[in-house]
Amino acid sequence: MLIKRRATIQPSEITPEAVYRSRRRFLGTAAAGLLATPAFAAGWLGEKIPSGLGNPEFDEALTPFDLASSHNNYYEFGTDKSDPARHAHGLTIDPWSVEVVGEVGKPGVYTLEDILRPHDFEERVYRLRCVEAWSMVIPWIGIPLQAVLRRFEPTGDAKYVEFTTLYRPSEMPGQRASGFFSSIDFPYVEGLRIDEAMHPLAILAVGMYGQVLPKQNGAPLRLVVPWKYGFKSIKGIVKIRLTETEPKTTWNLSAPREYGFYANVNPEVNHPRWSQANERRLDGSFFGNRIDTRMFNGYADEVASLYSGMNLRRYY
Amino acid sequence: MLLFAVCLAPLAMLAWDVWRALAGDLEALGADPGEAIVHHLGEWGIRLLIATLAVSSIARLTGRPSLIRYRRMVGLFAFVYVALHFSAYFGILAGAELAALLGDLSERPYIIAGGGALLILIPLALTSTRAAQRRLRHNWRRLHRLVYVAAVLAVLHIAWLAKVSYVDAYIYGSLALLLLGERVFQWVKTSQKAQQNSRQNV
Repeated sequence: MLIKRRATIQPSEITPEAVYRSRRRFLGTAAAGLLATPAFAAGWLGEKIPSGLGNPEFDEALTPFDLASSHNNYYEFGTDKSDPARHAHGLTIDPWSVEVVGEVGKPGVYTLEDILRPHDFEERVYRLRCVEAWSMVIPWIGIPLQAVLRRFEPTGDAKYVEFTTLYRPSEMPGQRASGFFSSIDFPYVEGLRIDEAMHPLAILAVGMYGQVLPKQNGAPLRLVVPWKYGFKSIKGIVKIRLTETEPKTTWNLSAPREYGFYANVNPEVNHPRWSQANERRLDGSFFGNRIDTRMFNGYADEVASLYSGMNLRRYY
Repeated sequence: MLLFAVCLAPLAMLAWDVWRALAGDLEALGADPGEAIVHHLGEWGIRLLIATLAVSSIARLTGRPSLIRYRRMVGLFAFVYVALHFSAYFGILAGAELAALLGDLSERPYIIAGGGALLILIPLALTSTRAAQRRLRHNWRRLHRLVYVAAVLAVLHIAWLAKVSYVDAYIYGSLALLLLGERVFQWVKTSQKAQQNSRQNV
């Protein structure tokens, strides 16, 4: 795969100006916190979206946008699932930059634009399975994580990737409320093994449902790892660290017996306090939405080989 | 009558929300309506259970034993909410599958605790009539002391269920502890008095 060097190839040289401008418009709209940007619906994006790589034929109904944008676990804005939609509007997402450190040839602080500009966006329809046994089907818009990571030139010692969410208590009320009554620490940290991070299904998402990400869904930049429980798909990323040792991740630190580092969706390994054998596919209905949970959330064909020979009961 | 309305209000509110949700209003019950219904019913179940314990304590502490007459209604409402909570859990979250219920019961400590509390409340509700009270005589008091076990199980149910925030468990736990403590205090006081009396008699 070609590694694009920022220093030698300027995006302006390879990107037609009209496209570049419409991207600027997209970013500007994202910053304004508006939805349904015309730029996104514009032709340039449609042309750039190939028929989803690694995306299985999807006969499952999409979760309505209103549900996916109003039922979120984003503890930075409160522990109730309706809190993020109510409190995230005050978050400043422009300017936004991501610090890249650790085992990379090109560490540094990259603006959101630096990170996104060289890439084509793709639409990926993925299942999202929360560790709390509910699930959704969401059409994400993003870029393969591996393509972004390669640009930072990981060294041979980069065995893991650690991601960190923004820590800004002034705009994230849930961070102010932590302490005695809560058992997770901020900033939120998640991580992947390098081969998981390099898997083509893992993406950095910037949009969903043909629009820029709502803030409660992790704008402007979040991870989506569809074969793992939702808490692995960290939101509001401000730091990416490549490291030789397994990152200490937030939920794992908070309750190691309940939330493993791997957190692969697995109907056979129950959470100590509830079954993971089935899930409620949230579609707004009261009944009939209980379905069986599938191994690796239905992505076993694509990802099972990452874990061959591993005892998934032990490495849950 | 007022008390009846107060106890019924949360159920009426839920019915209203269910009505709105069925009519397509997403705000009414959120994206996970089943979970919201179960949670609402359970929340009011434990609140009224603790309120039931509080009625006796308040009657004692304020020296107004006539208040005790409200205890049965509050207790019965607690039972109604807990029973509806279970029905909603079974019918919606467990998909009305007996296998799912049995699986949960055998594996999930919080479901065992909650189930235990419900099982205890059934005979208490059945023997809440004056006739039963007369028939059982002093055994009635003994039987109805089981409500303390139910309260402790209900608090455990909530504590074991909590994912990250233990606020609810702390609040209900300390209220239950306070009310149970009041009873222990009364019991110690009475038995001390009894001891003094028996000493004086000797």
